[in-house]
Amino acid sequence: MPRRRRRPKLAVWKFASCDGCQLTLLDCEDELLLMSELFEIAYFLEASSAVVRGPYDLSLVEGSITTAEEVERIHAIRRQSRILVAMGACATAGGIQALRNFVDVEDMKRVVYASPEYVRTLEHSLPASAYVPVDYELPGCPPNKVQVLEFLTAFLQGRRPSIPTHSVCLDCKRQGIVCVMVAEGIPCLGPVTRTGCGALCPRYRRGCYGCFGPMESPNTESLSAWFLIRSGLAPQQLVPLYRSFNAAAPAFVEASQRYADPKSVQKAAESLGTHAFDQREPANGEA
Amino acid sequence: MASPAVIDVNGLAALIAALQQEGYRVIGPIQRDGAIIYDEISQLNDLPFGWGDEQEAGMYRVRRREDNAVFGYAVGPHSWKRFLHPSPVVLWRARRRGNEWMIEEPVEDSPRLAFLGVRSCDLHAIGVLDRVLHHGSYIDPIYAERRESAFVIVVQCAHFTPRTCFCASMGTGPKATQGFDLALTELVEPDAHRFVVEVGSARGAAILQQIPHRPAEPTDVTAAEHAIAQTAASMGRQLQTAGLPAALLANLEHPHWDKIAQRCLACGNCTMVCPTCFCFSVEDRHDLTGTVTERVRRLDVCFTTSFTYTAGKPLRQSIRSRYRQWLTHKLATWVEQFGTFGCVGCGRCITWCPVGIDLTIEAAAITGREQTTEGVV
Repeated sequence: MPRRRRRPKLAVWKFASCDGCQLTLLDCEDELLLMSELFEIAYFLEASSAVVRGPYDLSLVEGSITTAEEVERIHAIRRQSRILVAMGACATAGGIQALRNFVDVEDMKRVVYASPEYVRTLEHSLPASAYVPVDYELPGCPPNKVQVLEFLTAFLQGRRPSIPTHSVCLDCKRQGIVCVMVAEGIPCLGPVTRTGCGALCPRYRRGCYGCFGPMESPNTESLSAWFLIRSGLAPQQLVPLYRSFNAAAPAFVEASQRYADPKSVQKAAESLGTHAFDQREPANGEA
Repeated sequence: MASPAVIDVNGLAALIAALQQEGYRVIGPIQRDGAIIYDEISQLNDLPFGWGDEQEAGMYRVRRREDNAVFGYAVGPHSWKRFLHPSPVVLWRARRRGNEWMIEEPVEDSPRLAFLGVRSCDLHAIGVLDRVLHHGSYIDPIYAERRESAFVIVVQCAHFTPRTCFCASMGTGPKATQGFDLALTELVEPDAHRFVVEVGSARGAAILQQIPHRPAEPTDVTAAEHAIAQTAASMGRQLQTAGLPAALLANLEHPHWDKIAQRCLACGNCTMVCPTCFCFSVEDRHDLTGTVTERVRRLDVCFTTSFTYTAGKPLRQSIRSRYRQWLTHKLATWVEQFGTFGCVGCGRCITWCPVGIDLTIEAAAITGREQTTEGVV
């Protein structure tokens, strides 16, 4: 690596979030000291109260944009950042708090807060990319530290990060994990979910929850039809399946809304020609 | 070669021990996580005594058998490529010292593997991999080393219903006739649980000499032939292979490709479980400081967009084009490229497709041929 005259200035920003993504950075224990040598950590309140003024070479943004103040702040950060990276499910897809995007926010305020009149919030929880251009997105709830380190390494070396966008299935198969869906009838979002977690849940015989959001070409319509027919799920059970940490990711929005209306189920089944499906296994995972 | 012999269950234990004595790591079937998979066997009791399975498109269940058969199951999610064509592999590592790069090749002590329970379809699949990775113009040293030392014990297919299998159509089974060191046919009779042993090589004969056995009676051989014939007669799937490559390539714009694309998840499971799909990608990994670089090879599949990423975008953007590439490679262009089909009829891609896409049905629909399979709904 050629000697740099100046270390790149790194800033880590927090919006509506649980801080888990920032903890993923701090969790890079073996590399932390090295990171602090290779980067000038200019703004990272979770790690240090010492703050260096912008502009910044690299901004990592955690959290979704949920208030008018946050809209102003993300614009200000964008103006001060050469490269802006959205990190985690909140910053890339709106997070779990985007569940409010599907209901009336005023109703939700009244349910959650004793004095809702003090809460000033936007109607929707949205990813950073809804307001400013984002240079790169690191998905996941939380992101995988291997992927975070790969991004930082690629940034330092000026190359493309090598972060796969294919399904979780490939990583199950690479590890020799027996498919929980085929072998146990457990509904699993792995086929439509982007890899990154190392197939954590299937390794422990659980279906994938979709923490890393939609994969590169998610065919949720086909997977959902299979859940209905073979895993014995009711249409209304499909809605919460797609509405978790990445509820507002466009592919998952489409998938959950398709089954929010029960009449749509018959239509979807017909369009897929489900007569070709074998219906002899109605049990939900029970042999 | 020597005439057939017979061993009992104790003989099977002795076979495992004899192979271990010779320095082999014995890989064989184990019932784990709801499937019969392949992993290292340390003793007889690791084998799936009394376990069978039930398979359909997109469905697999292990089932308790009524008898105590050791090999009474059809192929599961793992295949031998897992051991012959491992992934990931570090090909080399480079370290920067000042202005110089030191290249290190990892010294891998390539294991001597004994495969216990290789089915005829999988033996043919190894033959397909041999043609690609071992006998062609480009020899993969990792594959070659593992393959040359591997001791192959075939288990002839008997005592299970081959629901998603179609080896009989592909001419790859259910009986293996050559290419093994030893071949066992299990006979599950309550008072005479035994295995008819065929010897296929000199080293197979040498191992047989180390374990208790007796010469096979004509009745043993007849019973073995009968059990295999029953499997052949109960194939759950069929594929018309005559003229298939030309028929598929003549139908590249058939509307049925769109129908498959509606169902296909592009998840890559079919390709990963396929015993002959060998594609890999090679990637350089660096540490944060850029002083250590590793070149890593890992299995890849033609269903990802990165697989055809060229000059700024993936060439095969639609799922339709990716499925079509996979199917026509397996059943058509593979023949042009390597002289055989890329499919051995093991049925894994049918069983392990999360949404049950069945290539025998799809190939028949696209080529407009008759599909006569009682297993098809």
